[in-house]
Amino acid sequence: MGKSIKIKKGLDIRLVGEAEKVTVSPDSVDSVVIRPTDFHALVPKCLVNPGDVVKAGTPLFFSKKHPEIQFCSPVSGEVTEVVRGAKRKLMAIRILADKETRYQQVNLPSAEGASREEIVAALCANGLWPYIRQRPFDVIANPNVTPKAIYISAFDSSPLAPDMDFALQGYGTEFQKGLDILARIAPVNLTVHTSRTKSEIFLKAKNVDIHTISGPHPSGNAGVQIHHISPINKGEVVWTVNPQDVVIIGRLFTENRYNALRVVAVTGSEVTRRRYAKVITGVPLRALLNDNLNHETNIRVISGNVLTGTQEPLDGNLGFYDSQVTVIPEGYEPELFGWALPGFGKFSLNRSFFSWLAPGKKYTLDTNQHGEERAFVVSGEYEKVFPMNIYPVYLLKSILANDIERMEQLGIYEVAPEDFALCEFVCTSKIETQSIVRRGLDYVMSETE
Amino acid sequence: MEKKLEPKFKEGGKFHKFWPLYDGFATFLFVPGHVTHNGVHVRDSIDLKRTMSVVILALVPCLLFGMYNTGYQHFLAMGQTPEPGASFLYGLIKVLPIVVVSYAVGLGIEFAFCIIKKHPISEGYLVSGILIPLVLPADIPLWMVALAAAFAVVIGKEIFGGTGMNVLNVALVARAFLFFAYPTYMSGDMWVSMNDRKGYEVIKEGLVDGYTGSTLLGQAADANFNGTFKNVAGADISNVFSDAFFGLIPGSIGETSALACLIGAAILIITGIGSWRIILSTFVGAYVMGLIFNAVAGSNAYMAMPAHYHLVFGGLAFGAVYMATDPVSAAQTKLGKLIYGFGIGAFAVIIRVVNPAYPEGVMLAILFFNVMAPIIDYFVVQSNINKRVKRFKLASNGVK
Repeated sequence: MGKSIKIKKGLDIRLVGEAEKVTVSPDSVDSVVIRPTDFHALVPKCLVNPGDVVKAGTPLFFSKKHPEIQFCSPVSGEVTEVVRGAKRKLMAIRILADKETRYQQVNLPSAEGASREEIVAALCANGLWPYIRQRPFDVIANPNVTPKAIYISAFDSSPLAPDMDFALQGYGTEFQKGLDILARIAPVNLTVHTSRTKSEIFLKAKNVDIHTISGPHPSGNAGVQIHHISPINKGEVVWTVNPQDVVIIGRLFTENRYNALRVVAVTGSEVTRRRYAKVITGVPLRALLNDNLNHETNIRVISGNVLTGTQEPLDGNLGFYDSQVTVIPEGYEPELFGWALPGFGKFSLNRSFFSWLAPGKKYTLDTNQHGEERAFVVSGEYEKVFPMNIYPVYLLKSILANDIERMEQLGIYEVAPEDFALCEFVCTSKIETQSIVRRGLDYVMSETE
Repeated sequence: MEKKLEPKFKEGGKFHKFWPLYDGFATFLFVPGHVTHNGVHVRDSIDLKRTMSVVILALVPCLLFGMYNTGYQHFLAMGQTPEPGASFLYGLIKVLPIVVVSYAVGLGIEFAFCIIKKHPISEGYLVSGILIPLVLPADIPLWMVALAAAFAVVIGKEIFGGTGMNVLNVALVARAFLFFAYPTYMSGDMWVSMNDRKGYEVIKEGLVDGYTGSTLLGQAADANFNGTFKNVAGADISNVFSDAFFGLIPGSIGETSALACLIGAAILIITGIGSWRIILSTFVGAYVMGLIFNAVAGSNAYMAMPAHYHLVFGGLAFGAVYMATDPVSAAQTKLGKLIYGFGIGAFAVIIRVVNPAYPEGVMLAILFFNVMAPIIDYFVVQSNINKRVKRFKLASNGVK
């Protein structure tokens, strides 16, 4: 039986620029880029050289630590560039795509009769494993560990996020197949939102425990859901998968190929036609944004959402896990006495800005930081947007002090950087909480593994 | 102008040493055009300047009323009818120099520290600089204000690392410093502004017959107290509670009016900048302790004084709203804030009633609980930790 969770703490940042519920398929993509840097803490070993011809599903690189985890090309074509950074670190692999995609032959165990090990091996070998992430540490799952459970959030609550009901329309079979496959590894928990989730793909999913949650962002974060369903204790491991990635996993077994097609929401105030687009992983952002921007300068292009996404140049590419592109204005313009104005048009959690008198209004937010970084001064602020029974500031301070024992006591295993994104957004002192949490997780990981 | 000036203060520029100063002024004039670079791409509009200016705004009712009351008490003591305009003007002339000296000395030292330590200038003193005058008597010599502000900034804040790092409320450090260094100036007969003083001495010349300069709390603490209060002109006050609530009583510049404090409290609570938990629990703590004293009073007139008088007398309302809520020195957890506030209220009344040497106990109560706040929080956080440890033990024993 699933749980019913109510959260009150949190914040829906009301931005201008939601995507219209129309799906377009951009013209054929000429090149895609796969970046090992999308996978935190991964040490990649490259398998291809410029000039190599690959098929969709051909491994491009693998994890040094877990050589069974392969990262595969989503398209067929020619490797045109292997980008390396400082100390020859593998940064990106660019592939010139064929007009017609040719797929690598895959040998799969029959979904029904396969053992857990066979399924894990098949996912690893065919480039699907990276879609499975683990908590603690928010990194690619360790295939040698059996998790306590697998968690899937059926909706994304972050600002301007794609509507998963809409994105998965027509992919019910693949999604269910993906759930069936995952359920053979560990019990699967699917969390739906009481008002956002309406699709039967989620509500009638089989082979899973369905939980319900209500409330604002971050109700869609797996971390918040896990915390309320069955919190992670020291030594325990759970996995998380995004719904669109469950579809890609399902497709391996229904289509017998690695088909990394996903539906991406093109959002943000600076986009002219905001729509959903059916594209392949690693697609150039130009394919989504060409002739689709209000202006091409003084904008910030983000692969992902405004809270957790990655800044990309306009010539950049869609991140591996992202189902959203957001374009917002940059905020380089200083504002005379900005801190003293009444602030009717300024979005804030804090009611010192009169914008709180207009509760439904949507805002065009730019990237201005609205002030300089300071020491922790205000208390009780993070708690308003942090729906977990954890003391966020105390946890952050234990991380800053590199005190592992204290971090464990205060719940570091239960959190990921994204859970602190709203804290970072509301922070009066402009502290970068997500990167502090990332640092803490990395430190604990390096000491415990 | 910014483009022309900035390079001179940047790395390698002629005045690079003074970068914090330039940065401080530039960011005061403009919310800087800094953009997010890591993590979230958009940020809430709030910053520390905004937060601090709301607190200053919330202090304005106390400041204005304090100016008026300074004049009002003065003319009353002189046996004249206090005209509103003249009273305010008199207060303005008395109070403004104190505010100016407090800001000039405090900010000056803060700037110097920032330049030496190469820190950006923080906004903390904007509030401390106005709080300090409001908790001092109007006749305080300006050199004492300067000394107190300097002591508060250096010992109260900068040696701990600046804004956000201090253990004690900065403004109360200033007041405590004067209270213990110059006790005669900070107690007894200092609370009404005179035409002339010799040091702390009152020159009786010109004062109305029957003049009494002590505060209501001072009168209550007096051995001969019989339950009735007198105003500065020596007349009995008919409605003590309402006079004290509106603030027409002698006391520190900004603390006398509970009404002005409540207006400030409303601003702080509506904007979410002050903690309602601390404000409310401080009043509750004082009231409950007042009731306890009522119950055990016997023939002691001070103990028998109605408990709600404590809420409007002296600095309790001011301390609860503006001092106890200082987020840096207060408790940080929700439960901790309730305990912290209740403790301040209760201790303030205990000190007032039980200790005849300190007719006013709010300052000491807040300072004491500033020190206790981390311990209160420690136990609150520890209970969260214990839950997690217990869960872990259950899980490792195979119970779900």
